[in-house]
Amino acid sequence: MNISDIIKPENKVYAKSRLLLDREMHYCPGCSHGTVHKIIAETIDELNIQEQVIGISPVGCAVLAYDYIDIDWQEAAHGRAPALATAIKRLYPEKYVFTYQGDGDLASIGTGEIVHACNRGDNITVIFVNNAIYGMTGGQMAPTTLEGMKTATTPRGRSHISSGFPMKITEMLALLPGVVYATRQSVDTPAAERKAKKSVIKAFKSQKLKKGTSFIEIVSTCNSGWKMTPVEANTWMRENMFPVFPPGDVKDETGL
Amino acid sequence: MAVKGVIEVDVELCKGCGVCIVNCPTGTIALSRQVNGKGYNYSYMEDPENCTGCTNCAVVCPDTVITVYRVKI
Repeated sequence: MNISDIIKPENKVYAKSRLLLDREMHYCPGCSHGTVHKIIAETIDELNIQEQVIGISPVGCAVLAYDYIDIDWQEAAHGRAPALATAIKRLYPEKYVFTYQGDGDLASIGTGEIVHACNRGDNITVIFVNNAIYGMTGGQMAPTTLEGMKTATTPRGRSHISSGFPMKITEMLALLPGVVYATRQSVDTPAAERKAKKSVIKAFKSQKLKKGTSFIEIVSTCNSGWKMTPVEANTWMRENMFPVFPPGDVKDETGL
Repeated sequence: MAVKGVIEVDVELCKGCGVCIVNCPTGTIALSRQVNGKGYNYSYMEDPENCTGCTNCAVVCPDTVITVYRVKI
């Protein structure tokens, strides 16, 4: 059978989601952000809630997320996405509101906002992309940087003596009663990506049922910041980040 | 029942990261020797006979440049 006989609309089994705009992403080759954007777009499309979703984009590499997914967006100042999401959710309680944040944004400058949003149990979903580094600003140490990991500001490797330990945000937030769902996922393999998508679907459904804050950490790569190829970065992530940030549900009281 | 798949890569949007290649269970995909307009070696079906249309490559592609077709034969 010829290739041209197979490439027909009726045989199509996978294509770019209609919610992903036809635009080239500015992310580096192999960046996990693109895959996470895809998961979000596919989830919104599958739940058929395009008109009811408001995303809050962060400061960091994903600042331009609003250019790629065809939904309503609001840009937040550094780390303030959960505060903005709270306001939007309270003004439009029937909308689905989610924030999309990196580790420099959420775990560092925005720690106060995320802790209090989770403590209030606001019905928002937080997508936390953790790549253990400040990607956009040139690869400086983030709160989630691993011990011994070399970055622009820890050239000899992070030491807990001077810089503390990698911060386990998901475990910390899971302690708060306002958080109904706290999970850690990754998008390095097709299986992991499909599992991560199920988590996002669950988080949106739980938001609709007003169960509380849902928090999804995605352990990701920053191959430019880590100075590796995309494939090496995925392997390095599995070998080095998973022991510190193990994938899986930390808390699930959604009943879904 | 056997299946036959085909992938279609949006050559100009592919950044040649190679994530699809390691996630292809049948070793169908490789990076081309040619480069696209941005200078990236893009993914292509080196061995089209092997493709089963499993969609793994398209699912992990960060830029979602792969479309997958599948037929039963």
